[in-house]
Amino acid sequence: MTAFRLAEGGRIDRARPLEFSFDGRKFQGFQGDTLASALLANDVFLVGRSFKYHRPRGVMSAGIEETNALVAVGEGGRLDTNSRATMVELYGGLVARSLNRWPSLGLDLGAINGWFSPLLVAGFYYKTFMWPRRLWQSLYEPLIRRVAGIGEAPAQPDPDRYDKMHRHCDVLVVGGGRAGRAAASEAAAAGKRVVLCDEGDPGAIAKVEVLARTTVFGYYDDNFLCAVESDARRQKRLWHFRAKEVVLATGAHERPLVFGGNDKPGVMLAGAVETYLRRYAVAPGKRAVVFTNNDSGHERARAFRELGIDVAAVIDSREGTVITRTLGGKRVTGVEVGGSRIACDLVAMAGGFSPVVHLYSQAQGKLRWDEKKLCFVPDGCRQAVRVVGRANGEFPEYRIAPLWEVEEDKAFVDFGSDVVARDVHLAAREGFSSVEHFKRYTTTGMAADQGKTSNINALAILAGATGRNIAETGTTTFRAPYAPVSYGVLAGRDLGDFLEPIRVTPMHDWHAAHGAAFENVGQWKRPWYYGRDMHDAVQAEARSVRKSLGVLDASTLGKIDIQGRDAARFLDRIYAGTFSTLAIGRARYGLMCREDGMVFDDGVTARLGENHFHMTTTTGGAARVLDWLEEYLQTEWPELEVYCTSVTEQWATVAVAGPRAGELMKELGFQTELPFMAFKEATIAGIGARVFRISFTGELSYEINVPGDQGLALWKAVMIAGEKHGITPYGTETMHLLRAEKGFIIVGQETDGTVTPYDLGLDWAVAKSKDFIGRRSLTRPDTRREDRKQLVGLLPADPREVLPEGAQITEVDVALPRGHGSKPVPMVGHVTSSYLSPNLGRSFALALVRSGRSRRGAELFVPLQGRAAKVRVVEPVFIK
Amino acid sequence: MLLIRCPWCGPRDETEFRCGGEAHIARPGDPQALDDAAWAEYVFMRNNPKGWFRERWVHSAGCRRWFNAERHTVTHEIRRTYKPGEP
Repeated sequence: MTAFRLAEGGRIDRARPLEFSFDGRKFQGFQGDTLASALLANDVFLVGRSFKYHRPRGVMSAGIEETNALVAVGEGGRLDTNSRATMVELYGGLVARSLNRWPSLGLDLGAINGWFSPLLVAGFYYKTFMWPRRLWQSLYEPLIRRVAGIGEAPAQPDPDRYDKMHRHCDVLVVGGGRAGRAAASEAAAAGKRVVLCDEGDPGAIAKVEVLARTTVFGYYDDNFLCAVESDARRQKRLWHFRAKEVVLATGAHERPLVFGGNDKPGVMLAGAVETYLRRYAVAPGKRAVVFTNNDSGHERARAFRELGIDVAAVIDSREGTVITRTLGGKRVTGVEVGGSRIACDLVAMAGGFSPVVHLYSQAQGKLRWDEKKLCFVPDGCRQAVRVVGRANGEFPEYRIAPLWEVEEDKAFVDFGSDVVARDVHLAAREGFSSVEHFKRYTTTGMAADQGKTSNINALAILAGATGRNIAETGTTTFRAPYAPVSYGVLAGRDLGDFLEPIRVTPMHDWHAAHGAAFENVGQWKRPWYYGRDMHDAVQAEARSVRKSLGVLDASTLGKIDIQGRDAARFLDRIYAGTFSTLAIGRARYGLMCREDGMVFDDGVTARLGENHFHMTTTTGGAARVLDWLEEYLQTEWPELEVYCTSVTEQWATVAVAGPRAGELMKELGFQTELPFMAFKEATIAGIGARVFRISFTGELSYEINVPGDQGLALWKAVMIAGEKHGITPYGTETMHLLRAEKGFIIVGQETDGTVTPYDLGLDWAVAKSKDFIGRRSLTRPDTRREDRKQLVGLLPADPREVLPEGAQITEVDVALPRGHGSKPVPMVGHVTSSYLSPNLGRSFALALVRSGRSRRGAELFVPLQGRAAKVRVVEPVFIK
Repeated sequence: MLLIRCPWCGPRDETEFRCGGEAHIARPGDPQALDDAAWAEYVFMRNNPKGWFRERWVHSAGCRRWFNAERHTVTHEIRRTYKPGEP
């Protein structure tokens, strides 16, 4: 036994022992321990295997910079993988496992990689697994991922619920050390609202909101910062801060030294050793050797002796001696110094300090290399941020001389990514002198610790190898998150049904009770078809509408109420057609274009009064259209007096369609002979309604609008009255089929933002003698081209063949290509809508085809797997 | 996340806003009078400077009103927001 718990001292509660397990073995620690300190107190040194070579690794640090002691904590859906054992507070019943070992931590067969380490040099993936390329996906990548990799994702869903918090404050202090607490107290005394976040528990501070176990991981624009707060049992929540001023008191990380076998269990940062001794009353060894390049190593040695462990030697590189390599296997047993050996069970590395400038850099703060202190220090930032204490390079009396590496085998620079000094030299020789290229090529700083202990050493070695100084070499970009963040914390409650708002119509429960399958249209749930089988349901629904009577819930259609003195003038400018000439009580189909002449939305708008219109839009386009109207009213034509109000949810809409629709309306109390494209206010089934005679099916059709809360009553009344006509509720699939039989377009299906009204053959909906948005573009040379893609109908040669929507169309009989090397074939268009029609007794499709209108009667092909479907081009109207 | 000052609502989070591209490009009064090149200039061509840029923004998840902003395209600093019609 070498590591042990000191008889007294430490900030642990010896009266409260805690049981925990690691790799199935039971241990005991105390309240106040971390998993790392408790393992060390139990003399458990081997806690993980390294990423690439599966080398035995032990606890190296006492903080968030830990790169070796990564463990999985918890079980099942609460499994938290890649947790730093140094940051895991011990609690009773904690279950932890080591990672990256097979079959066990002590006997890891992956360690065989170490024997091949000369092959696993920088960029080895790219060099080794080059040919044949097709083996990458099937063989190389899975193999690499199995052998080199850390951790595993939990297999079950996370049962916990994560909250998000928002806080505005005058001053946000990050870090609860001496400098941070002083800054917080000072600001609070000046009457400012102050929040202080610390990774540990800094204790209470008067008039300051202290968030313990809270890691600030991101610093964004305008002093917006994000943090994860954790409780003692690792329940977490996300914080968003907006601060007038930020004070970074993030301290400094000690750097390891780079020498042979510096990654062995028992080799630790000197500051961490002192932390374990003082805070946790744990001696990580009985006999230490301190290796240093600066004054702090000597202070550490004095402290170690005071606290009860032997120091066999202090090796100070400034005196011309260095440790060349460590001795021992799974635990360090000694060091080699200039040919002689010193026995020890602990090596403490004091390589100097790097201010924690990560957040400062994320905030776009500039850094300056300090030649005296050998570290990057903050050097100016546009945001309102102040850096204090060690984070600002304010170290106590401190002399340091560079020792960036001891040239030796297995001298690790990045423990997390298994990068050795020789990899850095190799990368430099191969031309990766840019620090950003170098990082990606060697993967330095890309492990779970994001290079907190390795970046400066790697940079310095790269600078030396390329004959530049460190300032010239520069740093890689610091990016959020500063420390890993669980997905659950970021997702919060935006999961499942809460991911997005769900909009349902007043008749939704009726549809659900009658077997409707629902389709998502934007945020709306629309009945898609009624029944188990879509094919059977659609055939029956479509037949019923054409033969007798169908009913559709059209409540989701966008509805915009437009009023004001200039409403008619405004609509003339918005729509391609003319609305100022529309008589009161009549309705007209309108197309909206963007300024580039491309179709943007369509719908029927009725004139309710001289200065009052009821506009309908596509279901998915309602919000977009309202924004569009507002944009033009506010920014281009502020002189127009027009008010646009979304009334989509104020009205429930029931569309009855079919040859019996007229009879049904009479039975519902609607006696008026309403002409096509006309509107009338009436009482339907006792409910005040707006009735529009509009048709999207081509059949006799009425759209009955009633106040939303009356929608279900109207629907039920329609169902009862329609019973003797065999009324059939139909869904969106049938609606699509019926309108396609008539050649009516759906914006977003027949259009994709590159289609003009003329391409769709909707010339009749475009006014010739007035300006409207997009008109000028319709006479541009490109929009006048005869070989543009135009809307056509397609009849497959095989009447049972339903073409896949989106399929490409060619002039030659060719199947879809297989693999590489196939000859390209020009595409002349694509299928936009495709159905099997019970009314036609065959399949049909709509398509956009280059020069489509002049190809009527021609044969084209739709390439499919292994064959092509032959199709004939026809007019896009299948039922006159 | 930027903090953007809506001239009507005050400082609000960036996620409440949408950017509408370069500001102060008026729609031509008589588009038919423009030749193809001049019309294309209006419809398609926008400046993309490195530095200060005047943009249109809309407070879409707030008051839904449009306004103008002077934003630095490198630092994202917004030094001024102003109502339409203001210089």
